[in-house]
Amino acid sequence: MSNIPGELKYLSSHEWARLEEDGSTVTVGITDHAQDLLGDVVFVELPEVGAEIAAGEEAGVVESVKAASDIFSPVSGEVIAVNEELEDAPEMVNNEPYDDGWFFKVKISDADELNALLDAEAYSEVCEADDH
Amino acid sequence: MLIFEKGAPGRLAHSQVPQTEHELDLPESVQRKRPPALPEVSELQAVRHFTNLSRKNFSIDTQFYPLGSCTMKYNPRGAHRAASLPGFLGRHPLAPASHSQGYLSCVYELQEILKEVTGMAGVSLCPMAGAQGEFAGVAMIKAYHEARNDFARTEIIVPEAAHGTNPATAVMCGYKVKEIPVKADGDVDLAALKEAVGPQTAGIMMTNPSTCGVFERQIEQISKTVHDAGGLLYYDGANLNAILGKVRPGDMGFDVLHMNLHKTFATPHGGGGPGSGPVAVGKRLLPYLPTPIVGKQDQDGQQRYHWLDDQALPESIGRLSAFMGNAGIILRAYVYAVLLGREGLHRVGEYSTLNANYMAKLMENAGFKLAYPGRRATHEFIVTLNKQAKELGVTAMDFAKRLLDYGYHAPTTYFPLLVPECFLIEPTETESIEELEGFVKAMKAIQKEAEDSAELVTGAPFTQPVRRLDDVKAARELDVAYQPASAS
Amino acid sequence: MPFIPHTEQDVQKMLDVIGVESIDQLFDEIPAHLRAKSLDAVPEGLNEMAMMRRMSERAALDAGAKCYLGAGAYEHHIPAAVWDIATRGEFMTAYTPYQAEASQGTLQLIYEYQSMMCALTGLPVSNASLYDGASGLAEAVLMAIRGNRKSKSRRVLMAASVHPLYRKATDSIVGNQGIAVDTVALDTQTLTVDQCQLAQYEGEDYAALVIAQPNFFGTIEEVNALTDWAHAQGMLVIAVVNPTSLAILTPPGEWGEQGADIAVGEGQPLGIPMASGGPYFGFICCTDKLVRQMPGRIIGRTVDLEGKVGYTLTLQAREQHIRRSKATSNICTNQGLAVTAATIYMSLLGHEGLARVARASHGNTCKLRERVARLEGVSLAPQAHCFHEFVMHVDGEAEAVLANMAEHNVLGGLALGEYYPELGQAILVCATETKIAADLEEYERVLRQALAQTGGNG
Repeated sequence: MSNIPGELKYLSSHEWARLEEDGSTVTVGITDHAQDLLGDVVFVELPEVGAEIAAGEEAGVVESVKAASDIFSPVSGEVIAVNEELEDAPEMVNNEPYDDGWFFKVKISDADELNALLDAEAYSEVCEADDH
Repeated sequence: MLIFEKGAPGRLAHSQVPQTEHELDLPESVQRKRPPALPEVSELQAVRHFTNLSRKNFSIDTQFYPLGSCTMKYNPRGAHRAASLPGFLGRHPLAPASHSQGYLSCVYELQEILKEVTGMAGVSLCPMAGAQGEFAGVAMIKAYHEARNDFARTEIIVPEAAHGTNPATAVMCGYKVKEIPVKADGDVDLAALKEAVGPQTAGIMMTNPSTCGVFERQIEQISKTVHDAGGLLYYDGANLNAILGKVRPGDMGFDVLHMNLHKTFATPHGGGGPGSGPVAVGKRLLPYLPTPIVGKQDQDGQQRYHWLDDQALPESIGRLSAFMGNAGIILRAYVYAVLLGREGLHRVGEYSTLNANYMAKLMENAGFKLAYPGRRATHEFIVTLNKQAKELGVTAMDFAKRLLDYGYHAPTTYFPLLVPECFLIEPTETESIEELEGFVKAMKAIQKEAEDSAELVTGAPFTQPVRRLDDVKAARELDVAYQPASAS
Repeated sequence: MPFIPHTEQDVQKMLDVIGVESIDQLFDEIPAHLRAKSLDAVPEGLNEMAMMRRMSERAALDAGAKCYLGAGAYEHHIPAAVWDIATRGEFMTAYTPYQAEASQGTLQLIYEYQSMMCALTGLPVSNASLYDGASGLAEAVLMAIRGNRKSKSRRVLMAASVHPLYRKATDSIVGNQGIAVDTVALDTQTLTVDQCQLAQYEGEDYAALVIAQPNFFGTIEEVNALTDWAHAQGMLVIAVVNPTSLAILTPPGEWGEQGADIAVGEGQPLGIPMASGGPYFGFICCTDKLVRQMPGRIIGRTVDLEGKVGYTLTLQAREQHIRRSKATSNICTNQGLAVTAATIYMSLLGHEGLARVARASHGNTCKLRERVARLEGVSLAPQAHCFHEFVMHVDGEAEAVLANMAEHNVLGGLALGEYYPELGQAILVCATETKIAADLEEYERVLRQALAQTGGNG
């Protein structure tokens, strides 16, 4: 069973979103379940800092040897940071999907969007359905 | 060891080098400062190096190669010899028709033969591979709609079992892709198709027999559904070998198709190409065929062949290569058709289907699970090793690698994507019954190993030049070109 | 039965095991009214002997002329060993190296090929090849559109001195995606990019500039200035190059201050016969930055589980079988066999051999150019420097002059009227290292005679 932290929000396409303490920054990554499905991650394509993205929009790509998946942004806003370390160490996505394996940070325009996302319980049901 | 590491500075294959005293009449600013780091070896060193490399390959000439969807049949040496005649090899692609009648006559006759075997109205041999044939076909569909001022058609429908080239092609032609499901018996979900079609439908791309290794039985309803919605039907000829001489795409209702001459017409695969992917069309799409094609005229009782280019076909989708596709492959396919003749072409579909059904039955009798047990196999069939993966921890990949140790090239693995842990097995008509039985025997032996000593299978191969390779390292620490020690 | 090994006993045994009466019964899922009738338009089969006789007669019809046509396909000497080895069954009848362990021959060879193309072009990444130079250029344009993230216009600039058939193929391939290709005019005197025209594109949004070196006319372009200009405009630079010339000309990776971003071209001069236009192969190389935009197969070096060096397909997640509708291209194959031949060719020639082929071709072209300049009825285009092709203008009809020469078994060049009507009665002529002094003398004689007989000498 994969690790699904209770404090995060999720998309059914396996991205997680964490509202940081400043109340307006959301950090985005992919879940433990997603990295497990993909296998060894070899490359991550990230959005450009400064780009405006909308919730549900493609914001990047994550690649393993045998698969590639689009990354969708769970929230709308401006990209204020991307995890440049993934360029040289994509394996961090596998090793620490919720910590050093984060993808990008968004300065959100509408905090209500977070309420529309899945909570840990709802997301774990998505994962279980995947396993069947 | 790489060829670069075998040389020595200043070594040269002297008899391959022209003498010249001419001074370069070129400005300094465009002249190369340092020579390119090419190998510096003797002729013998080069010959030995590449001969030895060749021995590290499986090939049709050396092994049974039942790669599903790839039609790895015998490539007649006679076709290669004929296409390599000096008159053909030395002909410049822009040579005048006066010095091209031999080549043009072969091209013309192949166009006619392909029209007949597909039941279509016109053929262009330009596309250089199946994927380029697909591109040409969908581009023609687009040209057809647009010529009728119908710009609302923005979608191409693709069954989910399709080759990845189908959706990729539709996008290259500027279309959106709509995937529709395939039912448990391998046929397209007709209800979903009916739901999907509409005024936005440009067409559907289909393979028949499908990638599931079964014949799509509802093809006439599919054809009617799409045509009624104003769309056109594209036939992906990947599996034409199964039905060659038995049923023609034109008679099934298709408007356009491509063929893979490197599959159905036995031209060599060359380690990944060159292929050739001619397109054939019904009457509606004739004006849009890619150029050039070859025409024939009666001149004072003599047949004269000539090029038809974009002046002759002003509505053509245009050129796809600098000249006219993979000419040498076209010649080989022509020779193959000449050697087989009318009767031989009929037998291709028959015996490829016989071989696949026999092998499928032997596999089933040996306890392997067929993905579509109630159906006739076509020229290929699918076995799923899902049970072995779950119960023994031995995957389709492991079986594939162990087959190499038994001297067989593995079938296609993990395709189509909708059948888990699958093998897509295509024996082709040119294999003997002994070879088919030998393969099944090897599969039985591997099954036994998987049960008794799984590491023999999961650790395979053991007899090849290398063991399993680290694909993750290859992708993470990308090394795609040799760096000479001095440069690093 | 040609190529079908079954005896009657085999067939009977197989039918019995399957549990059907006849082969025909295996097709019972196909509606009966759809079954094919006799393929009447296909002739009866021939055996190999009869086929060879027919093909030999036909091949002979196309043989015998001396060829001075270039324009993208070049006659070079091909060492005997090249195709002797390339057509070994182990190379010729293998397929895409899906099972890496059983394909190390093909895989290592392509890695060596990639290394050689990187050495020639001065760029760090090569793929395993594309179909040909023209379709390769189309792929390069698509790469630039995807790779130039600053450009939003979906259009590129293309020099009119790029091969006209490459431009046509590029139009047919990229046009369907709504990509526009705008042409930078030709200086009809010098037969190079008209640099006076560039100013009008400054400040415009284009993803890339496409330039050729040598260009279609064999002229040497000022690639350094053009490259720097394009980069200053935020465009990528796509270099269309002749691989033989790269033994002596500056590699695209060193053009201008930063080097070209993508180099693409026709691999045919590297040991592939002219053979009516194919199979050839397109080579394509790029900067590290663009590697994930690269279409087609790429081979990487890695190790096996015992640490032994091996080669494998890599970066496959770009490709159609994984990415489907989001792939970089729909291409699956490369032109493996042609690449095999080219790799052997480059190994046999080495940098010194290839440079001498380039110099000898350049030398013969210069000599032939001097010869025809002496003829009445011929004037040379004022090309400052040519590689191994040049343009001459003839009095009278270029087509008629060439037809007359062809009657004497000299294919004297390509009439340019169809492609560049503004150049008048111009002919593009090529002489490579295969020509000797007596050939050049014959060319001069046959051309003089043709000019006289077609009324072209005034």
